[in-house]
Amino acid sequence: MRTVSAAETVPTTYPWAVHAEGLRVRAGRHVAVDGLDLALGTGVHGLLGPNGAGKTTLIRALATVLKPAGGRLTLLGESVDGRADLRRVRRGLGYLPQQFGFYPRFTVREFVEYMAWLKEMPKAAVPGAVQRAIDRVGLAAKAGSRMKTLSGGMLRRAGIAQAIVNDPAVLLLDEPTVGLDPEQRLDFRELLRDLGVDSCVLVSTHLVEDVVAACTDVVIINEGRLVHQGTPDDLVAQGGEGDAGDSPAERGYSALLRRHRAGAPR
Amino acid sequence: MTTHPSPAVIARYADREADLDEVTVWSVEVHLEDCAGCRAQLAGSTTDDTLAMLARVAAGLDRDIVAGPVPARRRRWSAARNRWLVWHLVPWLTMTVAVLGCAVLLQALQPGLPSLVSLLAPVAPLPGVAIAWSRRHDPAWELIAGTPAAGLAMLLRRTAAVLAVVVPALALASSRTGISLALTLLPCLAFTAATIALGALIGVRLAAVGLGVAWSLAVVVPAVVTADLPTVLLPGSSGGWALLTLVLAGFAATRADNFRRLSSHN
Repeated sequence: MRTVSAAETVPTTYPWAVHAEGLRVRAGRHVAVDGLDLALGTGVHGLLGPNGAGKTTLIRALATVLKPAGGRLTLLGESVDGRADLRRVRRGLGYLPQQFGFYPRFTVREFVEYMAWLKEMPKAAVPGAVQRAIDRVGLAAKAGSRMKTLSGGMLRRAGIAQAIVNDPAVLLLDEPTVGLDPEQRLDFRELLRDLGVDSCVLVSTHLVEDVVAACTDVVIINEGRLVHQGTPDDLVAQGGEGDAGDSPAERGYSALLRRHRAGAPR
Repeated sequence: MTTHPSPAVIARYADREADLDEVTVWSVEVHLEDCAGCRAQLAGSTTDDTLAMLARVAAGLDRDIVAGPVPARRRRWSAARNRWLVWHLVPWLTMTVAVLGCAVLLQALQPGLPSLVSLLAPVAPLPGVAIAWSRRHDPAWELIAGTPAAGLAMLLRRTAAVLAVVVPALALASSRTGISLALTLLPCLAFTAATIALGALIGVRLAAVGLGVAWSLAVVVPAVVTADLPTVLLPGSSGGWALLTLVLAGFAATRADNFRRLSSHN
C-alpha cells in the first residue's frame, strides 16, 4: 500500500504552502487582519504578536473557517475565496483552534478516529494513522479514556493528535502549549521540529522561548499587519540592552513592536 | 455526485514510479473504496512485478494471521454511533418529543381545538435541524468546519438523525389523534427540505428560525384563533406537500456546493 502523506509534495508542487497578499479578515465587525502579506513554506513558523494582534483570526482564515474579506489567499497552490470548493485544500490541513471544543463522551481514540474520518482519510489508513498520532503526543496510555476525564494538558495533546492524524501539509496550531507542563513543552518542541521537516507548521504562541527553541522562522504581527518575518537569530539581533524582556529574543520582540508602534522603519 | 478518476490517473496511481500528488492519491483511494468498476480498472493497470509482490505479502500475512493472536473485536457500533449520533442534539430532540406529547394530551383534553399535531408537524424537525450544524451549539464546530467532510453530506447525515427521532414521534402522535399519517409526515419533510434549501442561501439556523416564525404567524396562530385547520392541512393537500418536498429537495441538491464554500452565515 502507498504511504499516505499529504506533506510529501509541498516543496515540489507549489512555491509556497501559504501565500497571502493584502489579506483582510474580519472578526465580527472588526477588521482583525488588515492588508497582511505573508508567504510560508516548509518549516516551523512561530506566530507572535500582542493580544488582539490578529493571530487567531489569521489562523482561522488559514484553516478555511473564516472567509477573507479582501486580498488574496492561496493554500497549497489553490486560491481560497467564496467561490472555491475547499474539499481538496482541507484534506491537506491540520488545525488546532485556540478554543478547542470536543465531544466529552468520546474516548481519545474515538475522537482522533472521528477527525480522521472527517478528513476523508482512506479507511485502511485510519487505524495506523490514529495510533501513530496518539503515540506522537504521548497519549497512548490514555487512548481508551473519555475526553471528559482528561486534564487540560492531555486535552491539548489530544487536540494536537487530531490535527496531525492526516499528516497535513499545512499544520495550524493556535496556542498549542497552553496547559502543558515544562517537560511536555520540551517534548512538544521536539514534535514541532519533527513535523516541520516536511510540512508547513504555523504555531501561534505568546511564548517567545518556544519560538526560538523550535521554529525555523519567526512571524510577528501587530494590528493585523506583518511587523517582521525572519529567523530566530534575526529576532535576537533586533533587541538592545534598553528593551524590555528577560531574554535576548524577548528584547528583540519588544524592540520590533516598539518600532512598529512608533512608525519607525524596521 | 461521483466523479470517476480518469484512466490516466488510475494508471499513474498504479505506477509506483509515477509522480502523483498526495491529495490526488487520497482522492483516488477514497473513491476506490466505494467503486468496484474503478477497482477492476486498477487491477488491470497493475504491473506483473506489483502482482508478484502482492502475492508474497498476502502469503506472509496469511502465515502471520494463523500464527498470531486472535484479532481484537472491531468497534463498528462505536464508530457508527459517533458518526450518526450528535449528542448535543439530544436535549432539543427530547424537547421536541415532549412538545408533541403535550399536543396529543391537549388534543385529548380539548377535542374542539384544531389538530395541534398537524399544526406542529411542519415545524417539529426545525429546532433539531437548526442545531444540527450550529456554531453555537456544536462544541466541535470549529474543528469540523475546517475538514473536507463539512458540507451538505454532513448536514444531511445529522438531519437524518433528527428525522429518525421526529418521524416516529409524529407517526405515534398522529395514530393517537387519528390524523392522516401523510398529512403529518409530508409537511414535516417539506419543511425540512425547505430549511436545507433556504439554508444554502442564508444559513440553516436562520432559515429554520424564519420558516418556523412564518408558519407560526401565517398558519398556527390564525388556526388556533378561528379553531379551524387551514386548507393546506386538510385532506387532499398531501399531493401538494409531496410535490413541494421533491422540488425543495431537488433545489437543495443543486446548491450542495454552497455548503462547502466559505460563508459568513454558519
